[in-house]
Amino acid sequence: MTDKLIDVENLTLQFKTDEGLVTAVDDVSFHVAPGEVLGLVGESGSGKSVTAKSLMKLNPGNAVYGDDSKITLHADGNAVNIFDLKSDEEMKLIRGGAISLIFQEPMASFAPAITIGDQMVEQLVLHKNISEKEAKDISIEMLERVGISDAPTRFGQFSFELSGGMRQRAMIAMALSTRPKLLIADEPTTALDVTIQAQVIELMKDLVKEFGMGIIFITHDLGVIAQTADRVAVMYLGKLVEQGPVRDVIRDPVHPYTQGLLNALPKLEDLNAPLTPVPGDIPSPLERPNGCVFHTRCDRAEPRCSEAVPQQMQYVENHVGACFVTAEQRGAT
Amino acid sequence: MSDSPLISARDLSVHFKLRGGPFSKNQFLKAVEGITVDIPKGSFFGLVGESGSGKTTLGRAFLKAVPISRGEVHYADGEVEYDLQAMSKPELAEYRKRAQLIFQDPYAALSPRMTVRDIIAEPLEVMKLTSSREETDERVREIAAKCRLNLEHLRRFPHAFSGGQRQRISIARALVSSPRFIVADESVAALDVSIQADILNLLKSLQDELGLTFLFISHDLSVVAHTCDHVAVMYLGRLVETAPTRDLFDAPRHPYTKALLSAIPSLDPDHVSKAQKLEGEIPSPTNPPPGCKFHTRCPFATEICKTTEPKLEHSGHEHDVACHHWQEID
Repeated sequence: MTDKLIDVENLTLQFKTDEGLVTAVDDVSFHVAPGEVLGLVGESGSGKSVTAKSLMKLNPGNAVYGDDSKITLHADGNAVNIFDLKSDEEMKLIRGGAISLIFQEPMASFAPAITIGDQMVEQLVLHKNISEKEAKDISIEMLERVGISDAPTRFGQFSFELSGGMRQRAMIAMALSTRPKLLIADEPTTALDVTIQAQVIELMKDLVKEFGMGIIFITHDLGVIAQTADRVAVMYLGKLVEQGPVRDVIRDPVHPYTQGLLNALPKLEDLNAPLTPVPGDIPSPLERPNGCVFHTRCDRAEPRCSEAVPQQMQYVENHVGACFVTAEQRGAT
Repeated sequence: MSDSPLISARDLSVHFKLRGGPFSKNQFLKAVEGITVDIPKGSFFGLVGESGSGKTTLGRAFLKAVPISRGEVHYADGEVEYDLQAMSKPELAEYRKRAQLIFQDPYAALSPRMTVRDIIAEPLEVMKLTSSREETDERVREIAAKCRLNLEHLRRFPHAFSGGQRQRISIARALVSSPRFIVADESVAALDVSIQADILNLLKSLQDELGLTFLFISHDLSVVAHTCDHVAVMYLGRLVETAPTRDLFDAPRHPYTKALLSAIPSLDPDHVSKAQKLEGEIPSPTNPPPGCKFHTRCPFATEICKTTEPKLEHSGHEHDVACHHWQEID
């Protein structure tokens, strides 16, 4: 694929802690095309959030990136390696400009003592070099666009005066008002009720169509992924274990971890199906297993799985996975 | 189920007084209003609804952990019978042994300064259920084994455990006093999917083994569908529909239940939802709409819905629904 918006290559990220270097992301590569939704799935501690934050270099000071890590942003005909941008001034073009971020908890993402409107105007003026009057017009238009009724009134209100669903809509309006090339949505619907979640998902789908931006949609909910993403990347303990088109990954997963996740999920279509948990617990990042990171919980593990790290293999076109056992069975190359 | 109910509530209401300002009169938040429901003995009874629907408050009312404003709750397990409104102190103490709660967040529910053994043993000591330390230890070990906890874990502190293990510790603490009735309030909501299935299976097997009755409160309908045999759906403090799980999921009758079911994201990427998506959000319980509480978001609402509140009526075998129009929209 030549058409790439962001290209992440060999991203490795470690954190310096009192207990030593902790690996959070280990040799992860993926890309997002314009207008494409990439779902990033994984359980807590799998490294999905820190991966996304790396794209904006938002990880804390004790983060150490690997030497051959490369994140290239293609925007307006230019290619920029994000790790070459050193000063905060240069990063401003990326943070909130080319890339916007929506957080999980909309209550915590707005400053409580500043009106919604002032916060939207502030970031627009900062990024777009426009007057406050223009910024206000754009903001109100965006609030209307995300389905907030009586937008001029809401513009002057504080975040605590809005309900949960409305706050998340306002968050989306704010993130999109600068017309970013890439939107990172970190569990944007997890804190919402299902009926509100359905509304927000619908809204995000419409906006992708309209604005043609790329989205990285981070979630632990495979149902949400099935309904929103074009492609899926599955992470476990900092490793990308499987990546492919959403239909392939959900209907015919190749990695035992993805298969386990799908079996553990209660399905409404078949109420008699037993729930099969993935045995054991996620190991602490301080005690990362050798070899394949999943072998401690894998029912198909062989001796070689604890000795060598499986490489990404191609199963069918665009569908890759990192597992010795299934690669051999299915003749992946 | 022909069993007599373990818990039966009649017209149960829980109102909280909100402090008004100097010029406004006191308002009441009607968290739970006029609920009549039976929880059969030995059932896994699901209670679903969005946040603010009053499901947690109802669960606490059954445990006598919030004051009941109106109506009655009866508890009868074959050995004792209580009217929760008129219990003496010794009766309440006995009821506390028989009815227990498992919390949502296993990270917040366990004291970081107590060992796992002390956490599980605390109810025994507080309720004076055991007479010697040996007896306490014996009981703690027994229940820990039932909850699949490693016995050598008992000497450690909670911070050493993962979410799934912590939830097993919480379950062991709830079960140590040999209760008959357990309220599990969003007990798997904070867990990862791969661990969630493990805890659900554990709760089910403990129910079989110990003959427990569960009230399982959850916002996750697919979890409820897989674990519960009965489901009640709440909206703004009211019960809108109650039925055996299969009936409810195969043939939901209330428009809110239908909308709730259709809002669950399907695992099939090509699935196109035909059902109506709900507009708007749940109204504030301090200022609920008149008539049917759901009419502000209901696509089938007519004039009568705006003025008259529908009563829960039989619509089939054990299937009750509170809607003026359920027969027309079915």
